[in-house]
Amino acid sequence: MADQILQVEHLEKYYQKRHVLYDINFSVAKGEVVTLLGPSGSGKSTLIRCLNGLEPYQKGTITFEDQQVDPTEKNWQQIRQKIGMVFQSYDLFPNLTVIDNIMLGPTKVQKQSADAARAEAIQLLQRVGLEDYADAYPRMLSGGQKQRIAIVRALALHPDFMLFDEVTASLDPEMVRGVLNIIKDLAETDNMTMIVVTHEMNFAQEIADRVLFLENGKILEQTPSKQFFAKPQTDRAQEFLDSMDF
Amino acid sequence: MDHSGISVLFEGTNFTRLLGGLWVTVKIAGVALILGLILGIVLGVLRTFKNRLLRLILRLYLEFFRIVPTVVLLFLFYYILPKQLNFNLPADQIATLVFALWVGAEMSDIVRGALISVPKHQRESGLAIGLNRYQLYRYVLIPQAITLEIPATINLATRVIKTTSLLMLISVMDVINIGQQIIEANNHTHPTGVFWVYGLIFLFYFLIDYPLSWWAKRLEKRRLERTNG
Repeated sequence: MADQILQVEHLEKYYQKRHVLYDINFSVAKGEVVTLLGPSGSGKSTLIRCLNGLEPYQKGTITFEDQQVDPTEKNWQQIRQKIGMVFQSYDLFPNLTVIDNIMLGPTKVQKQSADAARAEAIQLLQRVGLEDYADAYPRMLSGGQKQRIAIVRALALHPDFMLFDEVTASLDPEMVRGVLNIIKDLAETDNMTMIVVTHEMNFAQEIADRVLFLENGKILEQTPSKQFFAKPQTDRAQEFLDSMDF
Repeated sequence: MDHSGISVLFEGTNFTRLLGGLWVTVKIAGVALILGLILGIVLGVLRTFKNRLLRLILRLYLEFFRIVPTVVLLFLFYYILPKQLNFNLPADQIATLVFALWVGAEMSDIVRGALISVPKHQRESGLAIGLNRYQLYRYVLIPQAITLEIPATINLATRVIKTTSLLMLISVMDVINIGQQIIEANNHTHPTGVFWVYGLIFLFYFLIDYPLSWWAKRLEKRRLERTNG
């Protein structure tokens, strides 16, 4: 397969003795949107965190942009600049203003000039409709606004690849749409490669090219999205879809 | 009112001598606090690292300075170390050193406590934007820890200032020692002088420490208001 950006082979993960991921194999092509679906506790979040080096894994390999990752802290620190990650709880830095949150990575990690970083940060804020909040502190913002800024903060580093870990799970229902629209726009306009963990089935259906369905730490099926939502290959996935009631 | 005793404060140069003693006290406490704060931040950060041996050593350091009474520490550094190690410093510098090491120990615990109470997600989202360990501490963890630790730090400062009253035991010319000299020298002419001299010293300490503790309380109240609202 040409143009694969990420390849995961035989990944195994344990928490002490507890086996949480079993022989995970999949790859993601450039521009592809993959959603990870599965019941709570199936290992979706653990898997996506392994892809960013936030969780160590015990066996297997991750290959990112044709380079097999040597999982040292130093290496991951380099790779993380190319992988943007957004979390469920937004986690903006409360001690910094919105614009400083966004500029921290570009100026300190990538050593861009403050002027260039600021100009780009403003542009990104305009894109998500929050340019008026550049000098506000995170505590003055709503959950949906914080999450949009967390996405901007990740984008400011020009990642090749984005990971979204249940980014709407702690938002009020009316805030969810705004955040999802940004992710959708990234997929459509920027052709961004991404892995999205979500419980929003409608959204998954709209955005995904392919679905990985996980249960108990195993990938039960990998199916093109249309096919998955019409008729999944496994009964377990069908049960899961029925229970989601969307 | 000739012999009310208050006049002892203003005989000759008594009052300026007391102020001079107060200055010695404040200088020792101030320098010790500044050096101790720097040391404490460094040690506190090191104590959040994973290296077990390092953590054990720093823990022992903390416990030593916390458990051994300050008087004993002062004597140890003033009488014993110079003999054993041939390490001679004037009394006020010994005092500054002991206090700085003590503040460093206490401060390392305050800093460590504040650092580990910064939510884990903050560390992760810092890592996710590619910060290295130094940058993570410098821009994300330490600034958030500081707001948590300021009230405890100010309280530590008031304790340090109070404890300088032990310095007379190693013959530092601090405000208490000078007060004692004035009392003894004027005992015949001003029998109640002791009351006035110590009264004034009490006032000095109060004027320095009370604003600090008021400030700590206010900062803590503001922080709580901010986090809850």
